[in-house]
Amino acid sequence: MTEATMAVTTAQAPAAPAARRLLIASARWRWWEFAVWIAAFAAIVLLPRQLLLLNEIAILALFALSLDLILGYAGIVSLGHAAFFGLGAYAAGLIAKFGYGDPLLGLLGAAGCAAVLGFATSFLLLRGSDLTRLMVTLGIALMLQELANRESWLTGGADGLQGVTMAPVLGRFDFDIFGRTAYVYSLCVLLVLFLLARRVVHSPFGLSLRAVKLNPLRARAVGISVNVRLVAIYTMSAAYAGVAGALSAQTTQYVSLDVFDFIRSADVMLVLVLGGVGYLYGGILGALIFKAMQDYLSSVTAQYWQFWIGLVLVILVLVGRDRIGALFSRITVPFSRGARS
Amino acid sequence: MVTILFDGIAYGMLLFILACGLSVTLGLMNFVNLAHGAFALAGGYITANLMNRLGVSFFLCLPIAFLFSAAIGVLLERTLYHRLYDRSHLDQVLFTIGIVFMTVSAVDYVMGSGAQMINIPDALRGRVEFLGGSIGVYRLFIIIICGLLTILLQLGLVRTRFGSRLRAAVDDPRVARGLGINVNLVFAVTFAIGSGLAGLGGALGAEVLGMDPTFPVKFMIYFLIVVTVGGASSVTGAFFASLILGIADVAGKYYVPKAGAFIIYAIMVLVLIWRPQGLFARSATR
Repeated sequence: MTEATMAVTTAQAPAAPAARRLLIASARWRWWEFAVWIAAFAAIVLLPRQLLLLNEIAILALFALSLDLILGYAGIVSLGHAAFFGLGAYAAGLIAKFGYGDPLLGLLGAAGCAAVLGFATSFLLLRGSDLTRLMVTLGIALMLQELANRESWLTGGADGLQGVTMAPVLGRFDFDIFGRTAYVYSLCVLLVLFLLARRVVHSPFGLSLRAVKLNPLRARAVGISVNVRLVAIYTMSAAYAGVAGALSAQTTQYVSLDVFDFIRSADVMLVLVLGGVGYLYGGILGALIFKAMQDYLSSVTAQYWQFWIGLVLVILVLVGRDRIGALFSRITVPFSRGARS
Repeated sequence: MVTILFDGIAYGMLLFILACGLSVTLGLMNFVNLAHGAFALAGGYITANLMNRLGVSFFLCLPIAFLFSAAIGVLLERTLYHRLYDRSHLDQVLFTIGIVFMTVSAVDYVMGSGAQMINIPDALRGRVEFLGGSIGVYRLFIIIICGLLTILLQLGLVRTRFGSRLRAAVDDPRVARGLGINVNLVFAVTFAIGSGLAGLGGALGAEVLGMDPTFPVKFMIYFLIVVTVGGASSVTGAFFASLILGIADVAGKYYVPKAGAFIIYAIMVLVLIWRPQGLFARSATR
């Protein structure tokens, strides 16, 4: 029994034993989860030539994980999640540029900036329909992009932010050209944040979020304060996206305007949907598939790989995401039952 | 001043023609179609190619662009889109983004990534003096065409039998079916008209807005702004929203070029905070 399940059981002491067992079962670690992380760390030794790509995958996975928190657990459809990614990237880049090259400090700064923006903008999402939310999130990302473009004295404008120099991680591990340090660093950050997210979604807070997603009206009726929860999870998700942006800025030591692009927001949504929404591993799986696909396709048809990405999206929707998900859970049925409720 | 106002109106009218199809599918049929710009792209490209390769007259190209885009629209609607009407918004967004990606790459592959040039006929070149401002004849032409279309559209929606069938089908498809209205046909025709108008807008606007493979992505945001700010439930709302957006954009680019598109996005977000259902919404959307 993990900590998460302890919290569930203590908070819901009077709950029926059957319900309690179900909650405990859903939060339990499964063998394939360990396998995923062991494989991720084993890749450091097994795939030494692919570390730069793996680093990108880890960052994309974290970004998709942040979207999963709001889309998969709170049901907020966002087309502007790149706003937080971009803000985090610029924050980390600028912190490093102005002499504070310590990566962890940059991460904290980026997470803080993104969380503040997330908190401030989360109130805009409490009203209106899906469409309004789409437009507001998209609008915020575009505004930031315009702002970054205009304030070129600070951000470098269309040339991108250059001159980002990073100090070694923890004062010991220098970033190398093979991406070894970068990958290990990103993977560790991903693991820590993943564990935190896992803890959160299996807590009473996370469970109540699911209730909100399934039916906001009823959730409110049983006494869940919907708005507080949406604000909290949106802020958290923004901070995660900010960290993902910061990792990208620190490991590539460069930030360009396209961090705010609509395409980036759309891509991350595709990544998440590819991997599956609402069970936390979707981001990781999706990032793996997406990057592998991108790597392969852009070596075959350099500039037209977007066509195939589009085709995958269309087919995915036509076949039905649920059906693909069902296929997946049929394969792993004995271990993942309840994980995707 | 008059020139800016006039250019703004022309731009706004153009946006309206491009976006009004979306305001019907998104506003009335509640279908989030991010790929609407792809139909405009089709219209712009067919016009450019007919004119430059076969020497077809510009005036003949306009109806062709309408029919071509409408045909593509009805084809897609019957084969793909109609399956998605009752799916979640997320599915619709994903699907239509996929269509946009495919269109952009496919057009890039077939036609090249350069912008398509449309040489407007000499009769529409030149400028006229009006109230102390100088006005492009082509802009005047756009305003007249779009104005006529707007009136036709409004009359068609409010006064004709088809319009009332459409409104009935949107309000309650089941009851409309029970009354003997062929809802699928009504939706298909509506979709075709919307796509056709987008194609016409693309043909008209190619000279003003520029037409290259990334057009659907670049202008998707403008279309969505028109629909969301205008309120997704009425064509007149979208019309006024387009005019405001057109004038604000032209004036903004002229007076404060550095602020650029920032103002537009800021206004949109503010309007949506103030009135989430849009400026001209009749009632809450369903």
